[in-house]
Amino acid sequence: MSGASMATGAPAAPAYRKVGSLRRERRWALIGAYAALAVFVVFFLLPPFHMLITSLKSSAEIADLSGNPWTVSRPTLENYWALLTHGSYPIHFRNSVIVTLCTVAITMLISIPAAFALARMRFWGSTVLATGVFLTYLVPETLLFIPLFQIIGGMGLYNNMWAMVLIYPTLTVPFCTWIMIGYFGSIPKELDEAALIDGANHFQMLWKIFIPVALPGILAATIFAFTVSWAQFLYPMAFLVSSDQMVLTTGIVSDLIRGDTFQWGMIMAGALLAALPPLLVYAFLMDYYIAGLTAGATKG
Amino acid sequence: MADGNTITARGIPAAIAPPRAGTLQRLARRRSTLAFLMTLPLLAVIGGLVVYPFFYAIELSMLNKRMTRFVGLDNYVFLLGRETFQLVIFQSVLFAVSAVIAKALIGFVLAHVLHTLPARGQRKWRGMLLVPWVIPPAISTLAWWWLFDPSYSAFNWLLAGIGAAPVPWLGDPGWARFAVILVNTWYGAPFFMIMYLAALKSVPDQLYEAAAIDGASAWQKLRYVTLPMMRNIISITVLFSLIVTFANFDIVRVLTNGGPQDRTHLFGTYAFQVGIQSGDIPLGAAVSLFMFPLLAIFAIFILRGVSRRTKEGL
Repeated sequence: MSGASMATGAPAAPAYRKVGSLRRERRWALIGAYAALAVFVVFFLLPPFHMLITSLKSSAEIADLSGNPWTVSRPTLENYWALLTHGSYPIHFRNSVIVTLCTVAITMLISIPAAFALARMRFWGSTVLATGVFLTYLVPETLLFIPLFQIIGGMGLYNNMWAMVLIYPTLTVPFCTWIMIGYFGSIPKELDEAALIDGANHFQMLWKIFIPVALPGILAATIFAFTVSWAQFLYPMAFLVSSDQMVLTTGIVSDLIRGDTFQWGMIMAGALLAALPPLLVYAFLMDYYIAGLTAGATKG
Repeated sequence: MADGNTITARGIPAAIAPPRAGTLQRLARRRSTLAFLMTLPLLAVIGGLVVYPFFYAIELSMLNKRMTRFVGLDNYVFLLGRETFQLVIFQSVLFAVSAVIAKALIGFVLAHVLHTLPARGQRKWRGMLLVPWVIPPAISTLAWWWLFDPSYSAFNWLLAGIGAAPVPWLGDPGWARFAVILVNTWYGAPFFMIMYLAALKSVPDQLYEAAAIDGASAWQKLRYVTLPMMRNIISITVLFSLIVTFANFDIVRVLTNGGPQDRTHLFGTYAFQVGIQSGDIPLGAAVSLFMFPLLAIFAIFILRGVSRRTKEGL
């Protein structure tokens, strides 16, 4: 208020000074911004960093209470070597890969046609169904794991990793369908009309126009499905008990902790390797990853 | 236009008109049949593995432990009278509310800070700040578990460096509650950051210019331009995060497994302990169904926010 009245009172000089102060303000804001960012980057990256440091230590160095836990004096890869050559870690990794790949494939096969139908082919109940899909996405797995435990048991799939392939789509399909509806909906209707005039049927339209045009959206949905199935913890925890059926998220803990002996070096090495696939996907496809993340709320 | 149509429609010989309408109808019927077939797998997944289990859970929760007899609401009444379960309700609310507030504040600050940076630097910082969200929580919590280890805690080592006493991170109920909230905040804050950043970028610059011309201070710009423009996305994100945090399982299960003295149990972990580990399936189903009313209310509000967004977009 006072600044405005001053500016009208004395035209040139205060306005000039104000520009200078703005620039100074901006510089201080930038310095403050970098300081805040640095603090949070340290906070956010501390656990993975400590994970890496521990994974490079020998058991003796970890057990040595006089050492510095934040540095490694004699780095070794023996934890990684032991993990990959002995024990069932490679089996867990393989199971995780199989379950995740199958889930992603099933998710895409279900959600792409469904999203196409819901976005373009209005039919009785289609808007209700679209809303229902969104609500399903909001149902957390902690609400359903007990009845699913009974259902899986009844189907004879208890302690069978293929049960995961059956159940995981409940976590991925609703969200993927939802964001694909958004992406398909944003494709101009003129394209459909052009295709129809050229004599394309609905499948050709989906295959030759919608999928290529909405490819970024499909990629974002694929990444989402991949990260969700790779990270899932509750279902394997509840439904898988024997080591040869376990996936990474549950296998690391159950295999490397024997009673009171915690093999921390190997646990951290295993955790780091398990975190690597999503981190790599994220590093190389960050824009699609973020698009998938924000699409749920920004697309309608 | 309308007149022209009626005239041509009338002009068409009666013999041609009816079959044409018939084919059109058949086409429409075929199209909707096709659409229905395309959504059939989706319906099967939602119906068979979400809706049916939900009603099955209600049925299960009304049986006795051996699942042989219908006991009505006995399980619910039994749970409400049990002190451990009252602690679970308290801890779930405390955990969800405080973690979501912390995540929303940190996310808001970080989004603002990132937004002030020049575009080139932004990418790099954003990339680093999103890492906690990318690592599967069950995996990253292992690192936290190790950081909180009673004898080898790297945090306590740092505290000892400045002469402070070691903290019983997971051994003391108060600290354990703090620890699970801290880890959840660490994991979820980047999500808020990225959502708010996307929202900030969608606020038109002209609004800030207009506010600057009107002599608005930075605080006033935040209060009267940024917040109203972001209100919807803030509420959607907060409600969504309340659902996810309230229903959390991974972090508590790995870090404390509900201990010490059941003080950190959430609905999810307690349902797991009761239903799967102790084998009382009906009681476990009742525990997780207690979450439902609250989740349903949040979900309805989210849906309202999202549909309002869609309408504004159109």
